[in-house]
Amino acid sequence: MADNPYVVLVRLRMRAQTVYRGSFAIELVASLGATISGFLEIYVIFANVPALGGLDFPAAVLVFAIGHVSFSLADLVVGHLDALPNYLRSGTLDAFLLRPLPVLAQLITAEISLRRFGRTVAGSALAVVALAHTEVAWSPAKAALLAVTVCAGAALFAALFVGAAAVQFWLVEGTEFTASFVYGGSYAAQFPTSVFGTPARVLFTFVVPAAFVAYLPVLALLDIPGAAPGGLPAGVLGWCSPIAAAAVWTVALLGWRAGLRHYTGAGS
Amino acid sequence: MSSASMADHIIEAVALRRVFGAKTAVDGLTFSVPRGAAVGYIGANGAGKSTTIKMLTGILKPTSGSALTCGLDPLRHRRQLARRIGVVFGQRSQLWWDLPLRDSFVALGAIHRLGRDAVRDRTDELVDRLDLGEFVDTPVRQLSLGQRIRGEVAAALLHGPELLILDEPTIGLDVLSKERLRVFLIEQRSLHGTSLLLATHDMGDVRRLTERILVVDHGRLAFDGTLAQLVEQVGAERHVVLDLTDPAPPLDGIPGTRLVGHEAGGLRQRLSFAPGETTVAAILAAVAQRAVQVHDLTIEEPDIEAVVRRLYAG
Repeated sequence: MADNPYVVLVRLRMRAQTVYRGSFAIELVASLGATISGFLEIYVIFANVPALGGLDFPAAVLVFAIGHVSFSLADLVVGHLDALPNYLRSGTLDAFLLRPLPVLAQLITAEISLRRFGRTVAGSALAVVALAHTEVAWSPAKAALLAVTVCAGAALFAALFVGAAAVQFWLVEGTEFTASFVYGGSYAAQFPTSVFGTPARVLFTFVVPAAFVAYLPVLALLDIPGAAPGGLPAGVLGWCSPIAAAAVWTVALLGWRAGLRHYTGAGS
Repeated sequence: MSSASMADHIIEAVALRRVFGAKTAVDGLTFSVPRGAAVGYIGANGAGKSTTIKMLTGILKPTSGSALTCGLDPLRHRRQLARRIGVVFGQRSQLWWDLPLRDSFVALGAIHRLGRDAVRDRTDELVDRLDLGEFVDTPVRQLSLGQRIRGEVAAALLHGPELLILDEPTIGLDVLSKERLRVFLIEQRSLHGTSLLLATHDMGDVRRLTERILVVDHGRLAFDGTLAQLVEQVGAERHVVLDLTDPAPPLDGIPGTRLVGHEAGGLRQRLSFAPGETTVAAILAAVAQRAVQVHDLTIEEPDIEAVVRRLYAG
């Protein structure tokens, strides 16, 4: 009986992770720094203003927490894609090309950063606390919306990582570029989109659809008629994050394919 | 391309050309390798060997010309081809760096969708034949170069490929590791009939492992024939250097050899000989008949750079 190759690859990666237990624990704790500093930023803002983009403090924390959980899940699975230049330089990508599996699938399963899981846990805890301080009219639909939002958000961020990695086939020294692209998007997703001016708001809704990750779903979740861009009702747009994720994935995969073709055409 | 030639040839390259910017790395290579053959692909560093291999395996697109490997277009059928070939780049690892060597075999077995039992049996066979037992449970990053290369070769052969492509497999290896690897490769070929393309600049590899040689220089095919023909054309002889216990008169006229030089009043003498015409044992026997005691000897393989230079001078 042949095992599924991806299951085997991920299992081996997990084993390699826990080999270094000491540093694993330290990095797990260290990864919480991003959660804490992000939360403090929101706290400082709300110490000065009562509401931001139509959201009160707990709602803004909820936007931050959902964006944070989504991003950390994507980072956990595909965060290492921003190290593509290292894979190119070490020849690992050539080794991938010599194996009968898609290169992107091999790259994704080449590493998994369990230590980043600390952020997922912290973000989830924060979301639970924030939800307790908001008045959500819970229904099966609302619960489903929350689950869909987190999954679609993670998928959307993962697609951003893939797209940014694809660009690096052209900019082999482009790690910095990826960082600004992906982390810029994640920063935006964790804040109410309406704090940004209109061009930025349009950008983050339709170009880098980060608003779908948390802001619009939270508006729908809390039944806030809200400041959805383009005058479309948040109750509808809040459910559209899977569509946004699918759109970003389509672009990312096309970009990846073009990037890989560029690589095999231009050589290493 | 007729179907007969596709079945007969494991590699078919026609006018293969690859340009990087202003530099032409491979310039109109045409050659074919019959199924089951072992071909040495030699040339100096930067002659275009690795570029050719990348085009034959689907890593790199030719600028023009075409390649068929196992009857497949390497770029269009890269994954299909990957199931049928094994490739080792001596200077690049395809093993999982931070995991024990054995885990790389497990991973590759799953990637090639071999059954668990098949992976275990094949791993046992390779561990035994390549003598990996001592370090198969050691993380790859802790292996010596010789150990790692043996691991790489085992990994490339795990799925039983029809064609094995080795790019500088013995570079940096000590004599013993080189020899062990060569013996293993000879044995695997006779057992499984694996075709072999061996890119190297080690004439010893070529002499031991291949029956035909392609010499590439500046991206062009400079020679295609047997080692005997190459020796005939440019004199790619091996040298035996004899250190004698006492000074002796020049050892000329030994059958099958030519005296190249003698130093220190005849204490050290250098003879050249063509592989196939005589053996080191025969030379030693002939030397002993002259009542000369040999204290030590070294054998020098012809230098590939010199061979290529002479190909052009001739």
